[in-house]
Order: sequence, then structure tokens, then C-alpha cells
Amino acid sequence: MRRGIKARALLILSTVVISGVFFLPSTPIFSTMPDWWKKYLPHQGLNLGLDLQGGIHLVLEVEGEKAVQNVLDRAVLTLKGLMDEKKAIYTTLEKITPAEIKVEYPSAESREAIKKLAAENFPALYVREASENRLILAMREGEAQQMKDSAVSQALETIRNRVDQFGVAEPLIQRQGQSQILVQLPGIRDPQRAIALIGKTALLEFKLVADDHPLAAQLPSRIPSGGEEALVKRFEGQILPEYEIVFEREQDKQTNQVSKRPYLVNKQALMSGDVLTDARVSIGDFNEPYVSITFDSTGARLFDRITSENVKKRLAIILDSAVYSAPVIQERIPGGRAQITGSFTTQEANDLAIVLRAGALPAPVNIIQNVTVGPSLGRDSIEKGILAGIIGTLLVVGFMAVYYRLSGLLADFALVLNVVLLIGALAALNATLTLPGIAGIILAIGMAVDSNVLILERIREELRLGKPVRLAVDSGYEKAFVTIVDSHVTTLITALALFLFGTGPIKGFAVTLSLGVSINLFTALVGTKVVYDVVNSRWKLRRLSV
Amino acid sequence: MLQILGKTQIDFIGRRKYAFILSGFLAFLGLLTVVQIFRGEANLGIDFAGGTAVQLKFDQPIRIDEARRLLEGKRFVDAELQEFTRDNKLLIRVKKLTTIQERVSERIVEAFQEGFTGNRFVIDSSTEIGPTIGEKLQKDAVVAIIVSFIGILIYIALRFELRFGIAATIATFHDVLAVLGIFYVLNKEINLLLVTALLTLAGYSLTDTVVVFDRIRENLRQRRRDSLEQVINNGINQVLSRTIVVSLTVLLSVIALFFFGGEVIHDFSLALLLGVLVGTYSSIFVASPILIFWKGHPGKLLKRG
Repeated sequence: MRRGIKARALLILSTVVISGVFFLPSTPIFSTMPDWWKKYLPHQGLNLGLDLQGGIHLVLEVEGEKAVQNVLDRAVLTLKGLMDEKKAIYTTLEKITPAEIKVEYPSAESREAIKKLAAENFPALYVREASENRLILAMREGEAQQMKDSAVSQALETIRNRVDQFGVAEPLIQRQGQSQILVQLPGIRDPQRAIALIGKTALLEFKLVADDHPLAAQLPSRIPSGGEEALVKRFEGQILPEYEIVFEREQDKQTNQVSKRPYLVNKQALMSGDVLTDARVSIGDFNEPYVSITFDSTGARLFDRITSENVKKRLAIILDSAVYSAPVIQERIPGGRAQITGSFTTQEANDLAIVLRAGALPAPVNIIQNVTVGPSLGRDSIEKGILAGIIGTLLVVGFMAVYYRLSGLLADFALVLNVVLLIGALAALNATLTLPGIAGIILAIGMAVDSNVLILERIREELRLGKPVRLAVDSGYEKAFVTIVDSHVTTLITALALFLFGTGPIKGFAVTLSLGVSINLFTALVGTKVVYDVVNSRWKLRRLSV
Repeated sequence: MLQILGKTQIDFIGRRKYAFILSGFLAFLGLLTVVQIFRGEANLGIDFAGGTAVQLKFDQPIRIDEARRLLEGKRFVDAELQEFTRDNKLLIRVKKLTTIQERVSERIVEAFQEGFTGNRFVIDSSTEIGPTIGEKLQKDAVVAIIVSFIGILIYIALRFELRFGIAATIATFHDVLAVLGIFYVLNKEINLLLVTALLTLAGYSLTDTVVVFDRIRENLRQRRRDSLEQVINNGINQVLSRTIVVSLTVLLSVIALFFFGGEVIHDFSLALLLGVLVGTYSSIFVASPILIFWKGHPGKLLKRG
């Protein structure tokens, strides 16, 4: 090992330079570098974890089941419509379980009609049972699973669209497991707003208000907020399944009291939000913001027909089962545009426009984990981490210098080398630094020195046995080598397990510890030996400062 | 040369009875903790049990009893409060399993906004964990623990003869159980960071034990005439200085973390601190004496040269 001193020294030097190059983007100096540097050399530095940067970490569960149920509900309504068109007779057509539709009919003619309609329009359904007057349609097994699966992918896309419009730097949105979505938004300042934006189903529907239904006259014009359930229960028996009661939120401008206004509407939505191409915020007559929406050609035609057939009737604009407004249709609207008014603030209008543009979620999502870290804690943690790091390093460096004198200082040099290479490696891997990660670096510092301690203690022993300096150094390194490798391997084993099964901050710890310990194999053995060899080849030492 | 200890001749093996009593007690404490965890009687963090935690940083010092009264008034009767007086921070934990719909953290923040109008605060962090995630994190932690131990066992089997391996493994188990038990007694929260610290110290404790065993193995190769007790005792005495210095350097860095690292990793550093101390103790007083119980063949002492 005495040969190749120059080669080894060069190796060490080049690794330091490379580390520096990788770490540079994380420092302010980077912006002053010339363009060619920024183009060809690494430009992404270290990432800061959420616990150091501040931000939100959300895990959402997509209720795939509901997506499947929605399809069945729609199938029931559509089939009814189609049967009526074809004048086919049926006595019942309804959903009996979350996954099955029952149809009863008087004649074989009807049966054939239904089978044909179902096959043409809903290939995902198949006839599970057929008898003289009864049919059961069910969802194919694979279909249901596929539907749930695509509900998750669709939700992922929609959420990504919403987050894009929210303007967050480097968001992380990915699928987790079968039905979960992970969203991380670093550096966000208004977490509540972001969460509301992400979790909203945002299903926009246009439903006709049934003002001429006798029941409509019995509804109170206003009820206090919270009384919705009671009201619905009261009228439960009297409403046919084709209708439902929905509510509009009203806030008195002077008293700030919130009340709800009930509407009796047709359950079947005439149009839904998937025909929207755009949504923009504008300011109206009384300085009140409103959202103007634009339909695509299908939507425009549909809207044209609806407005021409229902002049003087009210059309309720409903988002997630809450009525935003229910204006009277004054005349036919062929232009494919409409306005959603309501008493919102500009920010609320903006957020509404965002979700309308990005589209509705195919199924509702539940937030099952929500970790929010404020920027103050993040800054705090960084400061404390750095402080602990400096103090820890000083303690260790000081101890080594005192206990092992010059050799101790050499070991300290290896330590510094270790930290430099470690930070460079983290930057090169674009690793994410978390607070436990900083703890991992500090722990690695303590463990790194251990290698040198093992070597130096061995050298001391050899010297005590009377061996000459050069020999003592060589055999010290040789004999300690095995023990050093052993000790690092055991630490690496547990760090690997932590990396595989740990979440964010813990993963960060596993990464820094493993890298620190692995790099130490290089710095402790190669790094310090070079110096001894250089010294030994120049001067014949009789005593060693160790 | 500066030496912490000169040539020592301490009879470690002779004192092993006392050591076994202490170690037995610590290990028992740890096992008790494990049982309590399964019974749901231990102080499980919200990582595992689900729940809400909110940490607030106030402009001025806040009285913890006033805060408690405020929360009880808002029907948060089982909220746990922890204060960090140095920075005027307050940590509020509600362990009940609630759905995110119930907006527990928002309500807590609102309560403080209403109740302490004079004292402004910022939200340091807020964590809401639903029941399903809690279960998943528990499962992941257990898997990580199992994988670690299998990895360690495989490694030991490759490097050492059976009895060395078993002794080292028992010592490592003992260390993890001891720190776990101490945390239970101090009523500290058992969460993912603690599991991380325990696994780390398991890896580290093994390192320490290996250092001692390497020397014993070397000596056994050379001195076949001395009794086993003597060889082991000598071996330990020879590496005592080395073992202590190695642990000391790690201890120095962990002490820095413990005193200056901030409240988020405070318990974590405590676990590592205890772990290093117990790990060193066990390499000397637990792992080595176990070798006495298992004499093995005098000639066949190594797996590898």
C-alpha cells in the first residue's frame, strides 16, 4: 500500500472537488457562476425536507366504491330514459344492492329491449339472472376493480391540475398503494386553503327547480343553518324518488348569521361540470366577484336546449350538493356561456374557478393523514440542527486532538473530509435532508471517528510491543481493518431496514447515517493512511505522536 | 501517550453475578413494556395510535395550567399538554381516534385564539393521523424491526461461531429492551422516532460487542493453556480502553444533540444516549460472560481465521 501515494492523494483531492461541485447549487454562490457551468454541471442541490422547510404532507384515500356506485346510479337513470324513449314497458327498474340493478317487466319484448339497451350503453354490466319477468344486471368483477383503479388515477390527475394552478414550487403528488394518494406541498403559507382546494369533490350539476310541484309551496323560505337534516326527514315520505331537497347558503351581511334556503329539485342533473372548458373570475355590478363559465360544443347545445325548453323556470347551479344560485331562465341561451354568482369573496371565487377548470374528482377523497409544519418550526429546526452539529464536531475534534495528539488531528482531518464527502454525496443524489437526517450526520461523525480510534489504539499496542514506527502503523491499519468493516456492516444493516420501511423524516436519517458510515470506510482507511505514508517515506520516524 | 486507563486487571467474569441481576432487571422491564404496548396501556404516540397533535409557539410565556383549563372548557378533556418553556412552546396531543372531518386541530387553534387574545402565537406544526394510517405505520415499524434482526442474525452467523453469535444477539436484545423499559418508566412517548433510535442502537451495540469479541477470539487462538475465564477477562481488559474511547466519541456527539438539538429530536437523542451507555455495558458485562456458560470445544474456536 506504500506505492501509489500520488494516486491515492489525487483520488482524495478529486473526490473533494466533485463533492464541492455537487453541493454548489445549494449555496448562494451558485447564482454567480457562468452560464456554461449551470448548463453542463449539476444544478440541483440538496433538498430540504418538509420538517425543515415547512409545508403540508397529506395522504388521501380515494373512495373507489362510490365511483362504482355512481356508475350504477347513472345506469339506472339512463336506462329508464332510454326505455321510455323506446316505449318499452317495465314495472320496476332500480338498484337493489350497491352492485346490482333489478328490472321487472311484463313481457319478453321488454326483456329483449332492456338486454339490448344495457349491452349497447353499459358494456360493464352483464345479466346475472334472467327469468320470465325479472332480470338482474350486475357489474362485472374485473370492471369494478378497473373502475376503482381508474378512479384513483383520475383523481391523481385532477389533484395535480389543481395543485399546478395553486402555484407551489416542487409539489410531490403520487399514488401510494392501491387507493391512496400522497400530496406534499413544501413552503406553503395557507395550508387550510390548500387542503380545502385539494379535497373538494367539485361535482358541478345543473338541476331544474320543481317550483310547480305541490310540495314546493310547503317548503319554508329559510331555515337556520344546521336544520337541513331535520327538514329533509320531515318531508321524506312525501317526495317521489325523482326529486330531492337541496340547500343554498345565505349569510346576512349585517348580522353575519348563516341560514339555508331549501329548493325542491329534479334529482336527475340536466348537465354536469364535465362539459366545461373554462372558468374565469370577473367583477360584477356591485363590485361582487362572479365566475363566468364556458361550455364546449356538446355542453353549449345541451344548454341551448335546456334553456329554450324551460323559460321562466329556475335552474339550480349545484356544487357538491350545495346550491350556489338558482337563477330564473329568462330566455334561450345559445352562446354556451353562463355565470355563477353567489356571495363570495374574490379568493373563494378564484378557488371555485380553479376546481372548475381542473375538473371534478371521480369519487370523494378522505384525508387520512395531515401533517403541517409551519415555517417558524422549520427555521428553528435548521438552526438547532446546525448548532448541535457544530458543538458535536468541536467536542469530538477536541477530544481526539487531546487524546491522540498529532495522530488525533490527522483523524480530525479525516472527519472533516468525511463530512465534506457526505454532503457532496447527499447533493449528488438529490437526497432530502430532514431533521433526523441532520441527527444522522452528527451520529455518523461520532461513529466515523471510531474507525480512527480502532486504528490508533492498534498502532499504540504495536508500538508498545516494540515495533518500529513504520511497521507499527502498517500492521495497525491491517489488523484494525476487519473490525472496522464489521462494525460498519452492522450499523448499515439496521439503517437499510429503516430506509425501506421508514417514512419521510426517518428515511432521511437512514440515508445520512448509511452514507456517512460507508464514506467513512474510504476516509478512515485511505484518507489517513496516505498522510502516514507520505511522512514515512520522507523521514524515518523514531517516535510517533499518537 | 495519554491513556484513560492503564493496564487494568479487573475481574469482570468474577463479578458476573451482579451484572446478571442488573441486566435481568433491565431486560424484564423491557419485556414488561412490550406487554403493555400490546395491551394498549403504554404511552403510544399518535404515529401508532392515531390522533391529533398541535404545537404552538407563543410570543409570551404561557401558563400550562391555564391552557389546560381552557381546553377542558372546550371539551377536550383528555388532551395531553407538554411545554417547552425555553421557547414558549406548547404541545397539545389528543389521542382519541377522530376523523379528519372533526377538525380537531382547527378547533384547538380557535380555542387558543379566543382564550388567550393577548398572547399571539404561530402554529409550529399540526399533525392529524387517522386510524388506518396509524395501523399501517405500526405494521411498518414491526416489519422494520423484524427485518433488522434477521439481517443481524444472518451477519452474525456468517462471521462468528454459534456461541459468539448467540451471546452477541442476546446482548443486543437486552440493550433494546433496556432502553425501551427505561422510556416506559419515564413515561416517554413511544413513537416512530423511538423505534428508529432503538434500531440504530441495536446496530451500534452489536458493533461494540464485535470489538470485544474480536479480541477474545484472537486471544483464544493464541493462548490455549489458560482457562476460559482468564482468557476472556484478559481480552476485555485489553480492549477496555479502546471500548470506552469508542463509546465516548459517539457519546460526545449524541450529548451535543441532546442539549442543543431542539425539542423535536430531544427524546430521540435521549434514547441514543442511553443506548450507547447500555451498549457498552452489555458488551462487557453481558455478552462476554455468556460465553462462560457455553464452553464449546477448546480446539474449535473460530468459524473463520
